[in-house]
Amino acid sequence: MKKTISVSNGAATLDTNRRNFLKLSGVGLAIAGLALVGCNDDDDMIIDPGSNVFDLGTGDVGVLNYAYALEQLEADFYTKVVNSFYTGISDAEKQIFTDLYHHEVIHRDFFKAAIGGAAPNSILPTLEFQYNGVDFKSRTSVLATAKALEDTGVAAYNGAGKYITNPDYLVLAGKIVSVEARHASAIRDLINPKSADFSGDDVINAMGLDLAKEPKDVVTAAGGFFKTPFTWKERGI
Amino acid sequence: MNILRILDKLSNDKFFTGEATRLQTLSSIADFGKKAAVASVPLGLAGLMSTPAHAETTTSSASMFKTPLTDALQLALTLEYLEDEYYRIGLATAGLIPTADRTVFSQISKHETAHVAFLKSALTSLGTAPGTKPTFDFTAGGNFTPFTNYQQFLTLAQAFEDTGVRAYKGQAGNVMSNKDVLTAALQIHSVEARHASQVRRMRANKGWIELANGGNMPSATDPVYAGEGVTVQAGFNTATAFGPEAGSAAYDEVLSGSDAAAIAGLFIV
Repeated sequence: MKKTISVSNGAATLDTNRRNFLKLSGVGLAIAGLALVGCNDDDDMIIDPGSNVFDLGTGDVGVLNYAYALEQLEADFYTKVVNSFYTGISDAEKQIFTDLYHHEVIHRDFFKAAIGGAAPNSILPTLEFQYNGVDFKSRTSVLATAKALEDTGVAAYNGAGKYITNPDYLVLAGKIVSVEARHASAIRDLINPKSADFSGDDVINAMGLDLAKEPKDVVTAAGGFFKTPFTWKERGI
Repeated sequence: MNILRILDKLSNDKFFTGEATRLQTLSSIADFGKKAAVASVPLGLAGLMSTPAHAETTTSSASMFKTPLTDALQLALTLEYLEDEYYRIGLATAGLIPTADRTVFSQISKHETAHVAFLKSALTSLGTAPGTKPTFDFTAGGNFTPFTNYQQFLTLAQAFEDTGVRAYKGQAGNVMSNKDVLTAALQIHSVEARHASQVRRMRANKGWIELANGGNMPSATDPVYAGEGVTVQAGFNTATAFGPEAGSAAYDEVLSGSDAAAIAGLFIV
């Protein structure tokens, strides 16, 4: 039952993008073929044979792909931020955004390697993103977007923990989510220094609990950023 | 900006309005806990605590229903008692916390108080008597003066918050059998991380931990950061892309129950 992920770092660099797409098309064709032969059991299907939309999958792989999708988004966002810092950025803020960029790229590449090792045929391809309404030249806009992404990341991991069955994966998610929370706190403090916002009442309830969101609510919220569509049928997405 | 508005709206969602129901669910699970207790091997928190006083607490009637799950919650409760009392005293000590910093510590204090209450009711719902509050000595036998020296107050606050993050994470495997408890533990865990980041930044540190270096911390707090410098996660080298600082900071490490209890034990009479 318990499968420990063990991956090599070799393939952890940028893009096997195209290869993944090719591989996926192959799987898609294979499944379409099965469907033609009359296989009605779609429980194990990775790809909806009716379209090219990727499904995150089932069980732990689905959760890992979900995390990978969110980390891809954060990494992509901060890559854009650090490649063209907003007007008037201070050295201290440059350092923070550079750190966030590093951490999120590491998270993204980690999931890519981890899923690639554990379930190479089920890994989410590299996604494309869009940032309608985000002004990368504006401090206010970048900080507000970063805050939304980090808070959403925290709520997403908190809400998805219960869907993880492998304790090793749960601990790995835990190792990452607290760093996302550290980010969220720092970004919130940049927006409103020395206020209560770093763990504000808008995210922490009266019982002292942070947000935990169901995947469908996270995808509804962050969905506008995802240019590449995907589904997660197991979780109603 | 639509997305941001939607995100803001979701931040205020009604996710927790059903909390009473959640605790009722917990109590129904308690029946299972009672049966399972017979078969389970207790984590043995009592043995892990360094003081006899605490051992008495955990081997009282509450031990009847002990499970790894409730032991994890008892450990969390001990840490929350410690934090709660620490900030209460700090806020109540005239002239200690500068006016400009009081909002931050009031917010942290509010959360720690709420965590104590939440964990007590969770344990009660599971059929286990919550441990009583230990007697704390925040000087750790005369080694610190946090209530007369604000820098020391900040230093210990950082140590407690960073410990809390690691300790909750270390109990993940022990609470995952109960999805409600797991989710709640994760929700507390990320609050501790938000606190830790803020306190660290008030000490001119980064909000995250690079290597096994707490950041201008006394050696007495070394156990809090021991092992934080890990740069291999499930076989993946996190230092390759940007170096070991970023690679280690991107992941917070776990602290075992015994290590967390030992750290808390330094401040328990």
